[in-house]
Amino acid sequence: MARIIVVTSGKGGVGKTTTSAAIAMGLAKRGHKTAVIDFDVGLRNLDLIMGCERRVVYDLVNVINNEATLNQALIRDKRCDQLYILPASQTRDKDALTTEGVGKILEELAKDFKYIVCDSPAGIERGATLAMYFADDAFVVTNPEVSSVRDSDRMLGILSSKSRRAERGEDPIREYLLLSRYSPDRVKLGEMLSVDDVQEILSLHLLGVIPESKSVLNASNSGTPVILDEQSDAGQAYQDIVARYLGEDKPHRFIEEEKKGLFSKLLGRK
Amino acid sequence: MSLLDYFRSSKPSSASLAKERLQILVAHERSSRNQPSYLPQLQQELLAVIRKYVNVGQDAITVNFEQDGNQETLELNIVLPDDR
Repeated sequence: MARIIVVTSGKGGVGKTTTSAAIAMGLAKRGHKTAVIDFDVGLRNLDLIMGCERRVVYDLVNVINNEATLNQALIRDKRCDQLYILPASQTRDKDALTTEGVGKILEELAKDFKYIVCDSPAGIERGATLAMYFADDAFVVTNPEVSSVRDSDRMLGILSSKSRRAERGEDPIREYLLLSRYSPDRVKLGEMLSVDDVQEILSLHLLGVIPESKSVLNASNSGTPVILDEQSDAGQAYQDIVARYLGEDKPHRFIEEEKKGLFSKLLGRK
Repeated sequence: MSLLDYFRSSKPSSASLAKERLQILVAHERSSRNQPSYLPQLQQELLAVIRKYVNVGQDAITVNFEQDGNQETLELNIVLPDDR
């Protein structure tokens, strides 16, 4: 039985696509056959973050319109043979996505895949609502910043009322908090909401904290999901997140300021 | 140390301000999220009926919907004018 994960946030620029790419790669690397779908119709970006932008032939809307088969549109990742990417269309037609069309694709994918990761666009329009409609689990990506927290709460309201699970009266979508772009030193100075603050406001189960990290831009520059950068803090944070999602008990990291050793201090390393 | 503490606590941190603002906002938005969609119209129509008999202002009537477990309460509050 496939599990459908939506990566959502409401607000843009908080790290949805970075997160989708990272967790899809993480799940696939652990041997679970995973598909990751870009729902941002009109503004395709997941292909760039995954580094397969030059291999896109068909896209999500082509499959919905029966212009291509699902197998033709799916791009197999070159680094991991358990991972497939379904890119978004660049059409400007807002009605290109339909509930039936998306439902059919997910149903077909579910026969063959263990996890289906839906990368939601920002906002609350059709792409975003359809990305979450069929979900079993929701990864709510939030920055420790007022507008992001407010938008996340808004998305929680939509998740609990406008999903297929809600409409059918089934068990609700499992919601998880992923707090990204976190700076423990700024939290300590009282300049940034702490992980406890955000959890208190949203009352969500914390899946992990991703620290503000230079490695994220480096990874997107080269089209490599940041989780593959095993030395980086953000990469390790996503590995922990995947492990926790799969039921492993991992203590949270990157919440406290890293203690600098005397040696690093002397060298002025950061 | 106490002097340092004094300076530190004299101004609330921006993070605690953010938390306070968010808590109020989120609580407000959540309460209106669960309200039935007919509420604004109900309020308008009730106001029209009351104004047939009493000269009250637009904001003289508040309709509150509350959900507590299985119990739903519709609270209607009308403020009558003083000068009668």
